[in-house]
Amino acid sequence: MSDRLSVFKTYKLYVGGKFPRSESGRVYEVTDAKGKWLANAPQSSRKDARDAVVAARKAFGGWSGATAYNRGQILYRVAEMLEGRRSQFVHEVAGAEGLSKSKAAEQVEATIDRWVWYAGWTDKIAQVVGGGNPVAGPYFNLSSPEPTGVVTVLAPQESSFLGLVSVLAPVIATGNTAIVIASERSPLPALSLGEVLATSDLPAGVVNVLSGRTAEIAAPLAAHQDVNAIDLAGADEALAKELEIAAADNLKRVLRPQPVDDWSATPGTDRMTAFLETKTVWHPTGSLGASGSSY
Amino acid sequence: MASQFAYAPAPESRSVVDIAPSYGLFIDGEFVEAADGKVFKTVSPSTEEVLSEVARAGEADVDRAVAAARKAFEKWSALPGAERAKYLFRIARIIQERSRELAVLETLDNGKPIKETRDADLPLVAAHFFYYAGWADKLDHAGYGANPRPLGVAGQVIPWNFPLLMLAWKIAPALATGNTVVLKPAETTPLSALFFADVCRQAGLPKGVVNILPGYGDAGAALVAHPDVNKVAFTGSTAVGKEIARTVAGTRKKLTLELGGKGANIVFDDAPIDQAVEGIVTGIFFNQGQVCCAGSRLLVQESIHDELLDSLKRRLSTLRLGDPLDKNTDIGAINSAEQLARITSLVEKGTAEGAEAWSPECELPSSGYWFAPTLFTDVTQAHTIARDEIFGPVLSVLTFRTPDEAVAKANNTQYGLSAGIWTEKGSRILAVAGKLRAGVVWSNTFNKFDPTSPFGGYKESGFGREGGRHGLEAYLDV
Repeated sequence: MSDRLSVFKTYKLYVGGKFPRSESGRVYEVTDAKGKWLANAPQSSRKDARDAVVAARKAFGGWSGATAYNRGQILYRVAEMLEGRRSQFVHEVAGAEGLSKSKAAEQVEATIDRWVWYAGWTDKIAQVVGGGNPVAGPYFNLSSPEPTGVVTVLAPQESSFLGLVSVLAPVIATGNTAIVIASERSPLPALSLGEVLATSDLPAGVVNVLSGRTAEIAAPLAAHQDVNAIDLAGADEALAKELEIAAADNLKRVLRPQPVDDWSATPGTDRMTAFLETKTVWHPTGSLGASGSSY
Repeated sequence: MASQFAYAPAPESRSVVDIAPSYGLFIDGEFVEAADGKVFKTVSPSTEEVLSEVARAGEADVDRAVAAARKAFEKWSALPGAERAKYLFRIARIIQERSRELAVLETLDNGKPIKETRDADLPLVAAHFFYYAGWADKLDHAGYGANPRPLGVAGQVIPWNFPLLMLAWKIAPALATGNTVVLKPAETTPLSALFFADVCRQAGLPKGVVNILPGYGDAGAALVAHPDVNKVAFTGSTAVGKEIARTVAGTRKKLTLELGGKGANIVFDDAPIDQAVEGIVTGIFFNQGQVCCAGSRLLVQESIHDELLDSLKRRLSTLRLGDPLDKNTDIGAINSAEQLARITSLVEKGTAEGAEAWSPECELPSSGYWFAPTLFTDVTQAHTIARDEIFGPVLSVLTFRTPDEAVAKANNTQYGLSAGIWTEKGSRILAVAGKLRAGVVWSNTFNKFDPTSPFGGYKESGFGREGGRHGLEAYLDV
């Protein structure tokens, strides 16, 4: 009696809440650390990138306008869904990064905890980085953080899942919408994450996942006039410079590649604040007159 | 027809300021000539009188100044914060002591009314140094972690519209956080920065901590590109800002940009008209409209358009344009012939594209650079004057019917620096303020500034914030 023949999965992009194949019809071979074929991943084109921008822009109003509490609930729901799919991700991360099952499990657990950590930030960041300003005059004024808009995220190349989530979660926790380019060599955990996001109450378009050649997909996104910011975590030095130059065209906010020794270390708030604007709203308080308080 | 109630002239005396016939670059605590001996003249925009001849920095001078700042950095950054604070407090106090002199100087060199330099610029300049002085020994508490570190040498390029105020915005936080500075003032307004060098001398500031390089765009470009500069801060046009962003791409230099704007000043039908009119005037005619956060697009709810315009025109007819040193002057001179030409050409374009220009009766002085306050009606969103920053006393009036339309029109711009809202309804203020994509929103007021308050833009108005706790981040390794 022969072993049961397993069912392969066709990995697809995640754009606007749907799972399209690449518009270009291209795929590329994804192999494990030893060169064994794992799957064919979609090789996104610039048209896929542009579609993702349209989806992310469309989703921005609703997502940025949702209450911080609601965003936190949804992010936490993502962690719940990830927990349920834990073994699938352990399998994919082990394959992608050539890790033992236990090492891969550590990565996946750290990743789920990272989602939970960011889920808790959604309704706190405004209090940490915003506040009232003691102006020298009869005015009340308040500085509050607001999301920058549509953010392109080049996921780290080496850490296919923990690194990916470490750069994606802060972007959406603060109300931005994202187009994430998966690790070029190890895109499968990212593509599976799309399936999790689709079943986690996250509105369509808030996160869009593309796989393919990072440099090819990133170039039109760095130049895109409707992208507000770009995280160059997954770019090498030469690509980062080229993309940063393109990004200057509409003064995108750029987060340059930061050396990260250990993705499992607890992050600071930098990846959130990098994609926040500060809005300061003024209003007169009215004068109580020279005699002081009238209470 | 001369008014029966014409104001008698009330000129501020020039005698409080002593302008030397020539000035050098300020490098390593000394005034020195440019390496190539080049100089340029700075003129008073209201009279075209040559005020002084100033050394023009070139690439070699940028090298010298950056080297001086680098040398000074080691000791300056190692000083206890409390000691750095005391230097900044000294500077703040000396500025207060010399504020009349500096106000007159600024008015002469920039062309803006003495009323504004005396009552707005100088008090804010001193306040900025006071504010950041207090941060110097409290950086551990600023929310950037324990012991945040300075970046090193800051290259700063500032514009001509608020020469001394922009200097304060740049230098105060840089020094408080332990950085040293090379600052390039604009070629049309170098004098107050050079007087500031003297303030540094009086304050006993160590040599090389502040270096001032008067010069043109080439000096600014060399400074921005200099490999030993760790931080670039620029205030100016969006086009130059983009060029700077390209220049620093791929480097480790930290960058903040304060660029152009096309602020919408939104007046709803329940707004107190007289207060709104004052706010509109402040919004666009303050500093001859040469303000990046000017409310240059007036969005009026259609039902009050005529009434508001009547009031506004009446108010504009009472503005007094003329000698900036006269204490009664509301509108001074345009900063340069070049800027005047730019304003003139954009206004001509406005008329050519079909908008209707209106100005109060206004006699312009025979010498100097002047532009009468102007407002355009029949403006559409497609018009150049509704899209391009004019940087002059020119207001474009558009209308809207619903709050949603107001928001959509206000946000229909590449810029996102400022906006205004005029309404008596609190919920409307909050709803509209929340939807506007702008870094500063003034409700029932306009053009208010304070050192404690972050200032800076969304979108192509640049990135980073100046002022407040947020302003520290630009100069810290965080």
